[in-house]
Amino acid sequence: MDRETQSEAVREAVEAAADRFEAEKTHLTELDSAIGDADHGANMNRGFQAALERLEDADDEPAELVKTTGVALVSEVGGASGPLYGGSLMKASQELEDGITDETTVAFAERYLETVEERGKASVGDKTMVDALTPAVHTYKKSIEVDDCEPLEALGRAVDAAQRGVAFTTPIRARKGRASYLGWRSVGHQDPGATSTLYLLEEVFEVAAEYLDGDVEMDAEADVDPEELEEAAVDDDSGGA
Amino acid sequence: MVGIVVVSHSRRAADGIREIAQEMGGDARIEAVGGTEDGRIGTTPGPIREAIEAVGREHGVVVLVDLGSAVMNAELAIEEAAVGEVAIADAPILEGALNAAVAATSPSATVETVRQAAESAADVSKV
Repeated sequence: MDRETQSEAVREAVEAAADRFEAEKTHLTELDSAIGDADHGANMNRGFQAALERLEDADDEPAELVKTTGVALVSEVGGASGPLYGGSLMKASQELEDGITDETTVAFAERYLETVEERGKASVGDKTMVDALTPAVHTYKKSIEVDDCEPLEALGRAVDAAQRGVAFTTPIRARKGRASYLGWRSVGHQDPGATSTLYLLEEVFEVAAEYLDGDVEMDAEADVDPEELEEAAVDDDSGGA
Repeated sequence: MVGIVVVSHSRRAADGIREIAQEMGGDARIEAVGGTEDGRIGTTPGPIREAIEAVGREHGVVVLVDLGSAVMNAELAIEEAAVGEVAIADAPILEGALNAAVAATSPSATVETVRQAAESAADVSKV
């Protein structure tokens, strides 16, 4: 892919994410109303709409487009997701300065995770976005570097890993963020931040599939444990109450 | 004089805390930042950075924060602020701001002494 096509793909990924958050804003806010301050869906939607606007005037380099998206999220979201999503995109965008390749995307993913962990001071098991992000990033890196997968297949596996991570947030107790004030009452609710991380990855996968080879199926849809789906469904019912 | 920045999710809470701290702190330089730029509950780094730069150019700043994202957005603001020394105090926001305001008026105050004064509020038992 030449640089121009890469920039086009980044713009399209941000558009796809913006559409997804527009569509899922009520669902995400329902999840957040159970264990948080009920604004996650609205916040993510507002942030990505602002990103779309700012991208209109942005310099057409992949790294610059990702950075601009981060800056928009940081200034417009207004909750913890602003610095977590936006600040991490800003930092990690530096890894894409030489364009989008297998190596730079692995570096990008690792830098993004590192920044989220640093800023949020959260680790796996705290019932946060880290529970979806960590397995996704580790899976992506391993798929590229050890299993020698094509990037699209690696991304598909990462989405699958993130989905398992989201399911994992339901039965555990929150130790970070607003949900931690609820203590044991946070058990049984799916984490909204982990969920929005999954959505973002799914959209990146979809756009990557358009630009790379469309033959690879996304594992997350086809190959999911039925128990996890049931848990997610149960949570959907209680989340809106 | 060491500056003080109060960061709350609510504009009115931030203003109120500044009002109380200012009463005890006399001529201490306190800025209050609260809510998002369009008036919702929340925090964003832009206005925090402006406040830090407004009171901290000479002798640095101690920042008092309320909940989780206020800490993260203050950290982002500090990374971008054109000010020498800035510390976030690990303190209850109201009591910490009050202690910091009093400490900042001392002629020998530094960012470190003001931060310590703010953090000593964490040990005070109310009942």
